[in-house]
Formats: sequence, C-alpha cells, structure tokens
Amino acid sequence: MDNKEKVRMFIEDNLIRYDEETIFSDEDNIFSMGFVNSLFAMKLLNYIESEFSITVDSDELELSNFSSVNNIISFLNKKAGTANNS
Amino acid sequence: MNKRILSINKIREVDILNKEIKCIIWDLDNTLWDGVLLENDDISLKPGIVEIIRELDTRGILHSIASKNSFDYAIRKLEEFGISEYFLFPEINWDLKSISISNIQKSLNIGMDSILFIDDQIFERDEVKYAHPDITCMDALEYESLLNNSRLQHKYITRDAQRRRLMYMEDKQRREDEERFNGAPENFLASLDMTFVISEAQEEDLIRAIELTERTHQLNTTGYTYGYDELNNYRTSDDHKLLVCELTDRYGSYGKIGLALLEIKESALHLKLLLMSCRVMSRGVGTILLSYIMQMAKSQNKILLADFKKTDRNKVMYVTYKFANFKEVSTNEEGITVLENDLSMVQKFPHYVNVEIK
Repeated sequence: MDNKEKVRMFIEDNLIRYDEETIFSDEDNIFSMGFVNSLFAMKLLNYIESEFSITVDSDELELSNFSSVNNIISFLNKKAGTANNS
Repeated sequence: MNKRILSINKIREVDILNKEIKCIIWDLDNTLWDGVLLENDDISLKPGIVEIIRELDTRGILHSIASKNSFDYAIRKLEEFGISEYFLFPEINWDLKSISISNIQKSLNIGMDSILFIDDQIFERDEVKYAHPDITCMDALEYESLLNNSRLQHKYITRDAQRRRLMYMEDKQRREDEERFNGAPENFLASLDMTFVISEAQEEDLIRAIELTERTHQLNTTGYTYGYDELNNYRTSDDHKLLVCELTDRYGSYGKIGLALLEIKESALHLKLLLMSCRVMSRGVGTILLSYIMQMAKSQNKILLADFKKTDRNKVMYVTYKFANFKEVSTNEEGITVLENDLSMVQKFPHYVNVEIK
C-alpha cells in the first residue's frame, strides 16, 4: 500500500462525513466533506507523526498542509526532502 | 539529604490535606455495618451511616466499596438496606484492597489524592497507604466525624455536582453500549440523539463556569481562571459575551460542559477563552461551539481573533484552532498568542447533533 492509499484509508475510517455515501477524491477538501472535530484533528496528526515517523512543528500546522489527501502527501514529501511522488 | 526528603514529603502531605475529597471508598464488615457478613447474616448498619452517606451524596461526593467478601452476597445485603445505588464501581472480591482501589480510581478518573478510604483494620489501611501514598485513610471508628470534615465541605456545590453520581452511571451505560455498537462511528453518534444547547450565561451558571475554568486543563485555550465578580461583570457587560453549553443525549445530561468568553470589538470578536470538558471530547461539540462563534462573527462582518496560551496539556486546542483555519498573528512576552481567522471557511454543524441556540 502506498502512502496515498494509507492516508486516504485513515481518513475514510475516521472522518465523520456529512453524507455517508460520499466518496472523496484525493483533491477534495476533507474539511468540506466531513466534520473535522478536535478528536479527528488529533487522531490525524498522531497518525501522520507515528506512521511516517515525523514531527509536525507548530508552524507547519497549517490547514493547507492537511486539507486534502494530495496536500498531506506533498507535505510528507516536503518533510522527507524528496520531490518525487510516491 | 534525609532532611530534605523529609521536608518534601511534609509539603506533599500538607498539599494532600488541603485537597477536596471526591470519593469515599468503604470497607463493609465492621465498617459500613457491624459484624461479618459471611459469618452472620443478621447484621445491622452502623447507626446514622445512611444519613451520612445520603448527605455526602447530595454534596456531590461519590461513594464506592473495597471489601473482601462474596460479591453477590454483599450486593444483596446492600439492596436489602436500600443503599446499593449509592456505590459506584464497587470492588467486592478477594484481591488486595490496593488493587481494588486502583480499579475504582481508574473507573472514576480522579486523583488518588482526592480519595478517602475507610476501613476498621489497620492492616488494610497500611497495605493501601503503602501502595498509594497519596490516598487518605481513616479508621472506621471515626465515621461520625465525616460531615464536619473540611475536605468534604466543598467550596462549590453546583447542580452538576449534585448530579455527579447519576452522570457516572449514565456514562457507564453509554460506554458499554458504545463498546457493543457495531457500525460506523457516525451511526453511533447519531443513535445518541444528542442536543447541544448554547446559551448566554445566567447568574446561576457562574459557579459552574468558575469550576470549569479551574478543572479543565486539556481542552482549554488559555487556562485563565476567573473570580465570581469578574465573570459576572463580563456576563452583564455590553462589550462581552459569556456563553455556556450543555449537552444531553438519550441517557441523560452531561451538564454544563463548555464555556466561551468573547470580547466584542468594533471590527472583531475576540475569543478570550474557549473550553470544553474532556468528558465530551469524542462527541465533537467543542468544534460546534467554535463554528457557532465563527458564524456569529461572519454574520456581523467582523473578523475573529482568539487568544491561546500554551500549557503542558492543551495542545489539542492549538490544533483545533489551526485546523479551524486560524493563523498566528503575534505572541506577547507573557506567552499569549493571538490568532486570527478570516472566516473564509466555516464548518457546518454535523447532522448527528441537534444544536439549539438560546
């Protein structure tokens, strides 16, 4: 399973969607697809930090880094210092 | 060196002696009642003990049991006496009492230093005290002094405090049902039939509001505490808004569990404090309150500012602000960060909660 699939699966499992039937793409803004509460935010952050062995600094804690699957992946790539997509 | 250790222990002891007691854990034989249950079925409660337990219960003090006994037999006896409902998470078994007490403490989620253990046997008290140095132990002979014990006379007795035992029982039922529930988490949340009420604080809410500022550490954006008059001034002032929240579901009420203090400025609303009891964290209602405030600012064509003061426990509130699209503006020398939200993205309320604004 590549990183993108992992992240998407995590979000699908944990996000409380406004519409249960929603299937979201890697581009979709997860904050408009579902209700992002504190618990989801913390879970997502913990998941990303532990699964990819990184630490998210406060100044990286911007919505734009986490608002879609693609944005999370590019943030991870930036963190890893690699430009190539997985 | 020894002297120093001794003085640290002294300080700790004094600290504990000032702490309010939230729960009394009772032994049964020769403590709650006279006699030994398994030897003699014809036992009687200690004189006046029911009245003491009831009175403490109305003060919001919880009761539990750590007894080496037969569970079924002892519970039947307590039911016969008509007092079984007062005891939360009773541990009646043949384990060490220190283990029983650990279990009760975890179920109640309170500090060992806010527990009082009452037993007639010095051996039991010593075993417990050795394992849990922060607990307070009392000889059963002294039970009549309980009502006058200053640690059992709490500074605030709110309606929520009086309902505390019921809230634990409702919570227990909720948790059991949640564990049994098969299906998506949003379906479970929907099955709870939750109503979240946001209202402007009334005078009778102030004691609870003060209590929330003092007791809430994790889901608290600043950790500021306030006095009664100060909060009452904010409540009645035209350039402030003090909001309280209550959550109910089909099991009962969680009580007043959230608080927000807003300063109303010319071109901005300034959120000075946002807090939510961690008991409701998994219900997502903190974000509903924040969404409501964001909608309010937007409808008034104002921007929204928010204070955040980092503590060792409130990271989750920083994440909440950042994930709600707040951006840091400045941090002053006291460590208070001001964040700003342009309100370009405001979340809808989730469908599983009925939100009422009063």
